[in-house]
Amino acid sequence: MRIEMRGIDKSFGSNQVLKQAGFTLESGEVHALMGENGAGKSTLMKILTGVYTKDAGTVLVDGKEVNYKNPQEAEKAGIVFIYQELNVMFDLTVEENLFMGKEIHGRFGICDKKAMQKKAQEALNILGVNISPKTVMAELSVGQQQMVEICKALMADAKVIIMDEPTAALTQSETAALFKVIESLRKKGVSMVYISHRMEEIFELCDRITVLRDGSYIGVKNIPETNMNEIVKMMIGREIGERYPSRNVKIGKEVLKVKGLTRKGTFHDVNFSVRAGEVLGVSGLMGAGRTEIMQAIFGNLSYESGTIEIDGKEVKISNPRQAMEHGIGFITEDRKTEGLMLDKSIRENISLCNLRRISKSSVISREAEKNMVAEAIKDLHIKCFGAYHECNNLSGGNQQKVVLAKWILTNPKILILDEPTRGVDIGAKKEIYSIINKLAAQGVAIIMVSSELPEVLGMSDNIMVVREGEVRGIISYEEANQERVMTLATGGTI
Amino acid sequence: METKKKSVSEYVQEYGAFIALIVLVVGIGIVSPEFRTWSNFLSLLRQSSINGFIAFGMTCVILTDAIDLSVGSILGLSTALCAGMIASGFPVVPAMILALIIGTGLGLVSGVLVTKGRLQAFIATLVTMTVYRGLTMIFMDGKPISNLGDSFALKLVGKGNIFRIPIPVILFVLAFIAFYFMLNKTTFGRRIYATGSNSKCARLAGVDIDKTKIIVYGISGFMSALSGLILLSRLNSAQPTLGDGYEMDAIAATALGGTSMSGGRGKIQGTLVGVLIIAVLNNGMNILGISSYYQDVVKGIVILIAVLSDRNR
Repeated sequence: MRIEMRGIDKSFGSNQVLKQAGFTLESGEVHALMGENGAGKSTLMKILTGVYTKDAGTVLVDGKEVNYKNPQEAEKAGIVFIYQELNVMFDLTVEENLFMGKEIHGRFGICDKKAMQKKAQEALNILGVNISPKTVMAELSVGQQQMVEICKALMADAKVIIMDEPTAALTQSETAALFKVIESLRKKGVSMVYISHRMEEIFELCDRITVLRDGSYIGVKNIPETNMNEIVKMMIGREIGERYPSRNVKIGKEVLKVKGLTRKGTFHDVNFSVRAGEVLGVSGLMGAGRTEIMQAIFGNLSYESGTIEIDGKEVKISNPRQAMEHGIGFITEDRKTEGLMLDKSIRENISLCNLRRISKSSVISREAEKNMVAEAIKDLHIKCFGAYHECNNLSGGNQQKVVLAKWILTNPKILILDEPTRGVDIGAKKEIYSIINKLAAQGVAIIMVSSELPEVLGMSDNIMVVREGEVRGIISYEEANQERVMTLATGGTI
Repeated sequence: METKKKSVSEYVQEYGAFIALIVLVVGIGIVSPEFRTWSNFLSLLRQSSINGFIAFGMTCVILTDAIDLSVGSILGLSTALCAGMIASGFPVVPAMILALIIGTGLGLVSGVLVTKGRLQAFIATLVTMTVYRGLTMIFMDGKPISNLGDSFALKLVGKGNIFRIPIPVILFVLAFIAFYFMLNKTTFGRRIYATGSNSKCARLAGVDIDKTKIIVYGISGFMSALSGLILLSRLNSAQPTLGDGYEMDAIAATALGGTSMSGGRGKIQGTLVGVLIIAVLNNGMNILGISSYYQDVVKGIVILIAVLSDRNR
């Protein structure tokens, strides 16, 4: 199937998000769609699949003009969009999700469970994933849920699959599994649009790259004939320089020490420490227990044994409020469900962690709040219409900056960042790295959990590798490299 | 830079309920000379205060992404106990204060069931609604209590005037100011909104979600009991079925005012407008002599229109 989009315009209110955008997809290719957040990638694809209607332009599928009114029509034509926020029903089983609306009926119109489970199992086997159709969706990892979505697309006989940031929530091994699946689909003649910020992946996987900037088509490149720098330049319109800004910090005394932290079935005998000004990278596969360890330190998850010491004194932390009182800040991996109140303004989000700072005997001072928020917006370069801008309408990078702002303002001694640059574009990523460096320079002890190895390697003083709930090793910056970290993360020894 | 630009349609949406209120008042006023009198206006406000107190508490509960079905039963039980105390010779003012404390306590019980008991708010307050009503029936043996004597204090709250303005209306205005202040100017107000907007995020930001919810239920209970005291004063007797179904008008007023049923979004000003719309409809249709059967249909349709026009938010 060949898709051509030409001269697409789209505005939301007075905000024009697409200006003469275009895109061509050849049959059987894996085509990367790149651009900074807000460049219009998702919007363009949503127009293709009938989620939005275009203001101007034409969409041709195999040379014929089409105009899908809704995603169902696009799906019937064989074009399926797998969203970043997966479209699954968590309380239903894999099989029920796969056959939603397309149930196989037996005699008397009763659903034929057995037949559906058999077909589901077959489809999952084709993808080579080890998931039982009887599993409830919520029990699967994000990577597995994504596989179910791909499986659903294939069962709908998709000729074109669009994936928005498919690896954002995946670990290295899950990513590898996904790439294998994409590879086999390509051989079957399925074309794919691959929206991602991860350069390494795109150069490994894709045939061509189309770059959008500010809603306009910038150009298309064949992968073998281009390089990362050229693409970055196309995306941001200028050169970006060093990806990981350097930092020159004198590391101070030990701030946080974790001894023998254990929670049955989640993590076991976790020992590590972080010093003032140090960035401790935490690497590991997804589901290794990294996030859970951090949640436990922050008092959001209970643990059975072990101790936590701050500034050499043992502390008892049983909820996030106490953690905050001990000077810990925690930026969660999922800013949309845990980090932000999306339907609230920047002001309300930033204030939430800092209510004490802006109030006197529980009464909020509007003046103090206004100044605090205005300063944060300025300091962190949050792009917005002002303090009253709703977080829903901010790009991923700016949303993340709001989360950063609200925690930085609490003046933490220890800041835990869980996947701080997930779903954030290159420009904002670099800004976030600079912010982390600045905090380290101020003597904040930083723990950075990340599934992006280059990021961990580029930013950390020491790297702690977690596997199956255990710390497999702590490697210093000088000794660390991709192979060593991966070896530890996957169960080998170095 | 601080102000967000709004389009005309956004204004209509934001002030839709308020516009509807004006249209209703002007419309009924034109048709009925009786409606547009000062005394009717005051009695309309007095009538609306009964639902108003409860609706203010309800709004706070709904803002935390919960619901309180027990308000009517709390009103019934606290009023019954108060009447019982007065009838058996207990001093009136302490009895009234006790009624408010009891109402608060009954609300707190719902809050504890929702938070510590991990029950869904709908179920928890369905339970307390049923149990409290049953306790009221047991206490009163199904019969009204009307030998309340001739206490000045009791008469004052429901029937008294200050500068010819009924005391319930004055209390209503004071309650509005208090709730406005609490929701907009205090850290506790922020915590209420945060709890309803995204409880996970709020918890991680150090908000004690359970405490916030329990207090909000306590407030709701207090307001229900306060509403009950005014009814007790006006009726000079307590009925075992007093307050039955009042939760519906309070929820309706909150919804009319644009508060999201899933919490986090809404304004107390909206609820005030919602309360007044319901009061104007009741009062106006009574004056116009519309059968009460039709009144409920009209009320339902008005709520439907208000909620439909609110859909885009």
